[in-house]
Amino acid sequence: MTLRADLKLIAGMVPEGARVLDLGCGDGALLAWLAEHRGVRGYGIEIDEGQITRCIARGVNVLERDIDEGLLDFPTDGFDVVVMAETLQAVRKPGIVLEQMVRIAPRSIVTFPNFGHWRCRLELATAGRMPMARHLPHAWHDTPNIHLCTFADFEALCDARALTIYDRKVVNAQYQDAWYMNRWPNLFGTIAVYGLRRPGAAP
Amino acid sequence: MAETAHSDAHSVGLVKAEQADFSGPFPLASGETLSAYSLMYECYGELNAERTNALLICHALSGHHHAAGYYDLEEPKPGWWDVAIGPGKAIDTRRFFVVALNNLGGCHGSTGPASLNPATGRPYGPDFPTVTVPDWVRAQAALADRLGIERWAAVVGGSLGGMQAIQWALSYPARVGAAVAIASTPRLSAQNIAFNEIARQAITADPDFHGGRYLEAGTVPTAGLRLARMLGHVTYQSDDGLREKFGRAVRSGDLDILQDVQFQVESYLQYQGKSFSRRFDANTYLLMTRALDYFDPARAYGDDLVATFAAMQARLLFISFTTDWRFPSARSREMALAALRAGREVSYVDVEAAQGHDAFLLPVPRYLDVLRTYLAGLEGQS
Repeated sequence: MTLRADLKLIAGMVPEGARVLDLGCGDGALLAWLAEHRGVRGYGIEIDEGQITRCIARGVNVLERDIDEGLLDFPTDGFDVVVMAETLQAVRKPGIVLEQMVRIAPRSIVTFPNFGHWRCRLELATAGRMPMARHLPHAWHDTPNIHLCTFADFEALCDARALTIYDRKVVNAQYQDAWYMNRWPNLFGTIAVYGLRRPGAAP
Repeated sequence: MAETAHSDAHSVGLVKAEQADFSGPFPLASGETLSAYSLMYECYGELNAERTNALLICHALSGHHHAAGYYDLEEPKPGWWDVAIGPGKAIDTRRFFVVALNNLGGCHGSTGPASLNPATGRPYGPDFPTVTVPDWVRAQAALADRLGIERWAAVVGGSLGGMQAIQWALSYPARVGAAVAIASTPRLSAQNIAFNEIARQAITADPDFHGGRYLEAGTVPTAGLRLARMLGHVTYQSDDGLREKFGRAVRSGDLDILQDVQFQVESYLQYQGKSFSRRFDANTYLLMTRALDYFDPARAYGDDLVATFAAMQARLLFISFTTDWRFPSARSREMALAALRAGREVSYVDVEAAQGHDAFLLPVPRYLDVLRTYLAGLEGQS
């Protein structure tokens, strides 16, 4: 089984044998891969009926649940790693979800598309229209993405909520990196993978 | 129409009930002992050579061993869970050897309050001992032994049947591959117990009940049973479901002059109550509702549901229905989260359905699709 490029990036940040919670786990591809290759015991949270059935079909543990309805009943440090891939921009209260993530596990991995990418900036500046791109394929009025942000916005939020960023990988839409993305991530990076923890949590 | 049903390729077709007799003593959780007992059961599909594809169906309050197929070609209605059991159905009899039974204390042929008490030669009646969900599961294990089934690929049940699936995983961790609890709960709420108590009072207050010795008195407490069933039936439906089905439609009478008005929902409930009172034993109803009330597996684990699930080995699947207010989604969610915290393999699905608690018996497409997909992924099947 080959893993989608963005999930491969995340998988590289998950230690062997970890207990993993995947928020917005989709069809369960990441958890299935981690179980097979890393001996990970994982659980997915998903709200889409079709995706839930796909998880069940591949033997991935999945709990039907709306992330926005809260994660308070998950115990503190009940997991080793919490993952949220390309879901942050679709939740109602991203700040609260991030705070809950760093509580539930000592390590959180978050990925999301960069609205500050130069193509987005150019389209808004020149055409005066909400940008659509390969990593942002939806029209503004018909999109699950209700909280798009730039890398700079995200880092400001983490700063305000006292969340420690312990890792950051910036890549393009093909999930490759390049020196200019590392030099000017908020301008050239398309997707970012952030490692977060609460202050004081062991790195 | 019945003809089409019988020739349906997805029906198990004609089936036959079997009886297994056990010589006791069979000690019960209450401290009492049954000297001997019989269980009625049915089997669908073929047990494979390795004996790894057996699947147990546990029934709910009013269920029994006739879960699928027909006894004869004249029978208008198939077994109670025919929507889920059959070749190519969610519980696929081409893959699984399916066993359904009538529980101890039932009134469909298994030893129960209407059976003769060997000590007196008269029907047990109110003297039939209290039985609990763990008692049922031990009796089911005896049946499994008799059938040469060391381990179930899955134990599946809805409502009170789901409690038995959970209890199986707890009582016999090594004998259950997967436990599937549908529209179930880890314990009854005060409201649940209250409804059960009203139903019991309706039965015991019926003058024809005769303190439970109605068989000897030659009566049947039909009025009490009718009332109990009507009450229960309302709690198994949702407000939306009843509105969709009946609204305020009038069956007879005249709303303009307020003469002899009967709403559709009234006549429906009366029909349900009446047909139930003809086929169900009042003492069994009391016994089954008590078993529901007493079910509380976490009690032995300091009321800690996480510790309870930690004692299991089975994979778990919980399914709830959004309009079920008898055993609401929150109860299944609570079990799923506790199982997750206990490190069990667990999935949980909350199916949108208008039919309330009863949805577990009905052909709700997403529900049956999830059940089919889950069971298809289990080990041991043919």
